[in-house]
Amino acid sequence: MTDAPRPAIADTVRQRLARRHRAEGRFRAFGIGAIALAIAFLAVLLGSIVIQAGGAFTNYVVTLPVTLDREIADPRGDLSEASLRRGSYNQLIQRSLQSEFPAATTRAELRELFGLYSGLNAASIMRRVVADPSLVGTAIDVTMPLNHEIDLYLKGVTVDETLTAGSGVLSPDGVEGDVTLSAATPAFSGAIARIRQQATADRDAILARAGRLEAEADAADSRDTREAALAAARRARDEASRFDQVIDPETEISLGPLTASLLIRVQGGVVAISSLAPDGQRAQGRVLLPLESAAPSQAWSEWVIETPAAGRRITDQQAAYARALENRGMVERRFNTNLFLNADSREPELAGVLGAFIGSVLTMLVTMLLAVPIGVGTAVYLEEFAPKNRLTGLIEVNINNLAAVPSIVFGLLGLAVFINTFGLPRSAPLVGGMVLALMTLPTVIISSRAALRAVPPSIREAALGIGASRTQAVFQHVLPLAMPGILTGSIIGLAQALGETAPLLMIGMVAFVADAPTLGLSGLTQPSTVMPVQVFLWSGASERAFEMRTAAAILVLLTLMIVFNAAAIILRRRFERRW
Amino acid sequence: MADSAAPTYTGKTVYHATQNSQPVKVAASGVEVFYGDVQALHGINLDIHDRSVTAFIGPSGCGKSTFLRCINRMNDTIDTARVAGSIRIDGEEINDRGVDPVLLRARVGMVFQKPNPFPKSIYDNVAYGPRIHGLASGKDELDAVVETSLKKAGLWNEVADRLDQPGNSLSGGQQQRLVIARAIAVNPEVILMDEPCSALDPIATARIEELIDELRENYCLIIVTHSMAQAARVSQKTAFFHLGHLVEYGPTEEIFTNPRDRRTQDYITGRFG
Repeated sequence: MTDAPRPAIADTVRQRLARRHRAEGRFRAFGIGAIALAIAFLAVLLGSIVIQAGGAFTNYVVTLPVTLDREIADPRGDLSEASLRRGSYNQLIQRSLQSEFPAATTRAELRELFGLYSGLNAASIMRRVVADPSLVGTAIDVTMPLNHEIDLYLKGVTVDETLTAGSGVLSPDGVEGDVTLSAATPAFSGAIARIRQQATADRDAILARAGRLEAEADAADSRDTREAALAAARRARDEASRFDQVIDPETEISLGPLTASLLIRVQGGVVAISSLAPDGQRAQGRVLLPLESAAPSQAWSEWVIETPAAGRRITDQQAAYARALENRGMVERRFNTNLFLNADSREPELAGVLGAFIGSVLTMLVTMLLAVPIGVGTAVYLEEFAPKNRLTGLIEVNINNLAAVPSIVFGLLGLAVFINTFGLPRSAPLVGGMVLALMTLPTVIISSRAALRAVPPSIREAALGIGASRTQAVFQHVLPLAMPGILTGSIIGLAQALGETAPLLMIGMVAFVADAPTLGLSGLTQPSTVMPVQVFLWSGASERAFEMRTAAAILVLLTLMIVFNAAAIILRRRFERRW
Repeated sequence: MADSAAPTYTGKTVYHATQNSQPVKVAASGVEVFYGDVQALHGINLDIHDRSVTAFIGPSGCGKSTFLRCINRMNDTIDTARVAGSIRIDGEEINDRGVDPVLLRARVGMVFQKPNPFPKSIYDNVAYGPRIHGLASGKDELDAVVETSLKKAGLWNEVADRLDQPGNSLSGGQQQRLVIARAIAVNPEVILMDEPCSALDPIATARIEELIDELRENYCLIIVTHSMAQAARVSQKTAFFHLGHLVEYGPTEEIFTNPRDRRTQDYITGRFG
């Protein structure tokens, strides 16, 4: 044998082999890269949701002693439920708050005071009193969530503020109304310096913007663009000019809604400063919380709310009330049970996902009870019993096409058939479940057929060969073997349905529903919504607090999905273990 | 052997004369099978005797398995298959509309090429047939049926202490014997075996062959095999199939020592197939 050609072949092979290995390495690197990228995206997504949602899981609650006056809680005086339901409990809460802050007398002050909570909380007192009429005439402690804006303020989310001890001796000239605080030393010079610094920074930023706009105007090629840019620059320069007064060291500094607020805590009270003398020895302002005495005091502090009043949704007065309640130990940060025990509400602090959660559970129950048996039955018939002819072929093609139909079309079908023709109620989990079942059926059928087809024919032969009927062979041998696959497909279909909103739009499940449906048969026809719809509704709300609750609701939905999938995996394992 | 002429291509089935004390169990006449437009079997006429082993041999695709599957109407489960002709078991036509294939398959058990125990326990595998046919009333009776069947299949000693373990945890040879026990449990009259040893090693094969020999005492066994040595060892009668035709049928000894058809001779001497 000649040896010569052999090394040549080996070289060729080796060269090709190196290329093949490189290709494999490349492919593997791509795969690892793709997975890493996916994990990174997932981490960012989950991280941002969790961070956003964080604030929604706790809230500030206030505990007030509320005296249940007979004539207000029980207007008819017979302690009957009808009478108790007519009681104006909000008035009782208002009285309690008023007794905490007796200085609040004007309409404006009372409006701000009563803005600390939502009048909807009166309903929970009513429920307590109706459940136990003997409470009438006594004093009870009422714990209720603070208004969401106050809550966010106390959490430090929406407002930046600092508290620094003041130096020097302050002497107020009154305890109420407009007062002047004076000092022998320039006690306010620190505050003035800070306000000037801030104002200068703000002005410079605006002037820089104006400069940019003017440069743009010079470079603009059309007249309209130039005019627009020049107008914007003029507006910016106007805006900048209002800082001049604050920055000028000679004039009196006046503080307003566009500047930071300077509050002085002295003698157990709070004064909101409106103007400061440039020498830093005198300040004028309005008393927010009355001073205990007008005696000169060394113990005072500067409380600067840096966010201008125009840029926040609570007033200085409300901030003062909230901090006062906090100092009195009546405010407490707690786990936000409302988020889990309440249905939707217009007030973010009272809004929860319970209604949507129960709605989702009921809807999924209906979907599961309809889609899985019908879907698996269809798959078994088509795969094991139906003759292969034109008709079954047509049915098969149509089922495959149905899986690709936009889900909103199923909603239209539900509206036309279930609601308009059958007269079933709108917004009900029953109809929602039926519509979602229609949407899920193709997925269940297709995956079940695939699972049935994957069962080795030898099992069918074994059963038939021993004298089992076709039905016995299918139900006792083939179906149990296909069960893990069928379950996987069904769960995928149901998880898809759990996250669906579009078809529910058509049947009125995208709505504000303030009452949670009953978790039972009667709940099936009560108006309700579902988790993804709740997320959708909250995401459109303007309140900052709803933003957090949207993220929290997404987390609840994701948890529900994880529980769902985990249950499926456990079920599948159990079925698999039998063989 | 010496006095017979050299084998020739006859074009017709050659039947050897036989003396058989056993009655005819399965009688086929004019059996034809079509898969769609393709004819897989051409006019098979064959008498199979009780309490004996009949082997079907022939090259792949010759129709021997197809014919075997006609005997318990397993071809019914194939949508495109169509069977014509008559097969009688104890004189009773099995292709009649009135005959329930489920009942027929209880009378005619089948063992497949690949061991196919149900993915259940050993006990349940054997008990499945008696259960669905209602052959045993009560747990004790069922236990007895399972034990006898496993004993007849020669598997009892190996699995008696682990009846609750899954059937597919057994070795291939054990699985095949389990499948035979499962077939025996419904007390069939005929047992069809479709290449029962092709997936087994020689030792397991020997074990199965021994078993087949024992089962001959009570059952009519029909076995399809690719191994001519196996056919020679276990069967009393042999039928040689070729291209959908039954070429030659007779006592095994004669078929192997004195084939009358050219094709049979070529096949058994290893010239093709």
